Amino acid sequence: MFPTWFDKWNRENPTDIWGPAFLVGGAMGAVVVAGLIIAWGQPLPGDSLQTGPRGTGMSVPEFDRDRLAPDPSIADFYTEAPYVPEGGEPLARDVYQNVQVLGDLTEDNFLRLMNAFSAWVAPDEGCAYCHGDVDLEEYGQDNLYTKVVARNMIQMTQSINEGWDGHVNANKQVGVTCYTCHRGENVPSDIWFRMGPVNEATAGWSSIQNRATSMSQFTSLPSDALETYLLNYGRIGVHDLESRVAGSPADAGFPSIQDTERTYALMNYVANSLGVNCVFCHNSRAFYDGAEVTPQWGTESLGIGMVQEINNDWLVPLRDTYPPERLGPVHADAPKAACKTCHKGYQQPMQGLNVIADWPELATTSGTPDYSGVTE
Amino acid sequence: MVEYQNIFTQVQIQGPPEMGMDDNGQMMAERTANPFFSTLVGWIGNAQIGPLYLGWTGLISAATFILALNIVGLNMLAQVGWSIPEFLRQGFWLALEPPSPEYGLSIPPLDDGGWYIIASFFLLVSVCTWWLRTYLLAQQHKMGKHVAWAFASAIWLFLVLGLFRPILMGSWSEGVPYGIFPHLDWTTAFSIRYGNLYYNPFHCLSIVFLYGSVLLFAMHGATILAVTRFGGDRELEQIYDRGTASERAALFWRWTMGFNATMEGIHRWAWWFAVLTPITGGIGILLTGTVVDNWFIWAQEHNFAPMYDGQYGYEAYGSYEAFIGQED
Repeated sequence: MFPTWFDKWNRENPTDIWGPAFLVGGAMGAVVVAGLIIAWGQPLPGDSLQTGPRGTGMSVPEFDRDRLAPDPSIADFYTEAPYVPEGGEPLARDVYQNVQVLGDLTEDNFLRLMNAFSAWVAPDEGCAYCHGDVDLEEYGQDNLYTKVVARNMIQMTQSINEGWDGHVNANKQVGVTCYTCHRGENVPSDIWFRMGPVNEATAGWSSIQNRATSMSQFTSLPSDALETYLLNYGRIGVHDLESRVAGSPADAGFPSIQDTERTYALMNYVANSLGVNCVFCHNSRAFYDGAEVTPQWGTESLGIGMVQEINNDWLVPLRDTYPPERLGPVHADAPKAACKTCHKGYQQPMQGLNVIADWPELATTSGTPDYSGVTE
Repeated sequence: MVEYQNIFTQVQIQGPPEMGMDDNGQMMAERTANPFFSTLVGWIGNAQIGPLYLGWTGLISAATFILALNIVGLNMLAQVGWSIPEFLRQGFWLALEPPSPEYGLSIPPLDDGGWYIIASFFLLVSVCTWWLRTYLLAQQHKMGKHVAWAFASAIWLFLVLGLFRPILMGSWSEGVPYGIFPHLDWTTAFSIRYGNLYYNPFHCLSIVFLYGSVLLFAMHGATILAVTRFGGDRELEQIYDRGTASERAALFWRWTMGFNATMEGIHRWAWWFAVLTPITGGIGILLTGTVVDNWFIWAQEHNFAPMYDGQYGYEAYGSYEAFIGQED
C-alpha cells in the first residue's frame, strides 16, 4: 500500500505512536470541547433563586428550559371582565329556578360565570355536563351529581378566596377559580385517595411504607403522609426544642424515627408539588427553627391548614354524592386535594397568574360581589 | 513503565494449589477440598480460590447468616404476595422493618417486627461467631489479633445501632430496617429527628477518620505501587531492612510535606484511622436520643453553630417574576 521506502523507513525507525496518539488526541479533544463551551455557552444553562443568607447554601436551582417556559395552561385560561351592575338589572334568582349560591348576581354576570365554568371544567361537554341533555327550562333540576358537586365547589372556591386570603393572595392578588385545579378537565389532575396498607403480611409501620407508590412519591417512605397530615390533622413536627428531652418512642406522643420518615414523605410531596427544594422554606441545618425559615414557610403552613379544611369540610362530605367510578380504587373514599392539585409543580399556580381579578363573584361568600376593583 | 500504571495485578501465579500446612495429617478435615484457579480473579488478587477453612465458628456463622438473610428475603417476598417479578421490581424499596414503637422492648407480633427481632438475633450470632473465627484463626496462625480487633470496632457500631441504643431508648423500633432504600430513609430520618447529626462532634470525628482512611489508603497504595520497581512491595522486609524503595518513598513525602511515615508506621496510621471511624461513630449514635436530643441546639449551647447575617426568603434577593423571566 505504501511506497517501499516508507515501509523500510518505518521498519528501521520503530516508534511507539500509540501513547502519543492517545495523549495528543485527548488533549486536542479537550481543546475542542472547551472551545465549543466557550463559543456556544453552557449546554444546560440554569439559574437559581437565592432564598437565604450567603453561606447557608439556600437557593432553588432550575434549568432555563423549565424556568423560562410558561405554564402551558396559562394560555388556555378563559377569563372575561364582569358587567358592573348599574342597578335595576334582573337577578339570576328571579330569572332562573333553583339558583342557590349565585342568585344575587345579575343575569349577565350569572351567564358569564356559567359560561366560564363550562370552559374551565367541561369544555367538551359544555352545559350538559352538569345540567344534562335537557331543555333550558329544566336546568334548575339537581338530577346529576356533577351539578350538586359543582355547587359545592363554587362555595368552596368562594370560601378559599375569602378565608384563605393569606395563602392564595400571599404575594399579590392571585386567588383561585375552578380552573386553578381543573385546567379544562372534568376531574382535576393530582388529586389523591387513601392507599391504606401497601404491603401484605405485615402490620403497623411495616405495612404502610417501603413500596414505590404514587403516594410515597415513588420513594420507600410511608405512603400515608397525605392522609395523616392533610386529612387527619396529624402532628408534623418531630423535633425536640431543647438539647435534651427525656422520653422513649414507646411512650405515646413521642415522635419516633418512623414519624420522622412520614414527615419527610410529606415534605417530599410538598417540594415536588411546588417544584422547589427544602431550602425554599427551611434552612436545612435546622429544619424546625422558626428563626431560620423563609416567609414561604408561613405561606406553606397556611396552605396546610387550607388543604385540611378543603378535604374535611368540602371534599370528603361529597363522598356519597359521587358515583362509584369517582371514588378511590382501594377504599372507595372521596377524591381529595393537596398542594399539587393547584400548584401542578409550580411555585405559584399558573406562575402567579391573577385569576381572580375578573371574577369578584368567586372571591366572596357574601353573595354580593365587590365590583369596585374592576377596570375596563 | 506501563505495567506499573495498571489497574490490574501484573503478576499472576498459577500452578499446583497451595494447600496450607498439615502437620498432623488431619488438618485438611475442616478445609473445603478442590481449590481452583481463576485468571479473572488473578487480575485483582491471588488467582487461587480455596481451600476454605470453615471450622465450627465458620459453620455457625454461615448457617445463621443464611437464616437471617432468608428471613429478610422471605419477609420481603411475602410483602409483595410471593410475586417474584414484583419482588425484583420493588426489591430496592422493600425491607424487613423493626417493630412499631408502641411495643417498646417487648416481643412484638411476627408481622410487626417479630421476624425482625428473630433475623437480628441470627445476624448477631453470625457476626459474633465470625469475629471469633477471625480471632481463633489468627491465634492458630500465631498472628497478632489486629484483624479481630479491627472487626470488633465495626461490630461495636453494629451493636450500638441494633442493640445498645434501642435498649437505652426503650424500644426496638429504633433499630435500622433491613432494606436498601429503607435503611437510607432511616439514616436521613435519624439525623432530622435529632436536630441534624452534622452538629454531633462524634459524627464529625467519624467523618474525619473515614475520609482520612480514604486519603491514607490512596497515599499508601500509590506510594507502594510507585516504588514497587525498587522492591517496595516487599513491605514487611522493608520495615526492618530499609532499602532504596523505602528511602525514595520517605524522601518523596518528606520533601512534599515535611513529614513521612515509615514502612511500619503507615500501617499503624491506617489501622487506627479505620478502627476509629466506627468507634467514634458508634459513640455519636449512642449519645443521640439518650444524652442529646437536638444536636443543633446543643451546638448553639456550646457556641459552635454560627448565625448568618442576611434575610430569609427570596424577596430579599430578587422576585419570582424575574426568576421565571416574566418581569417587565
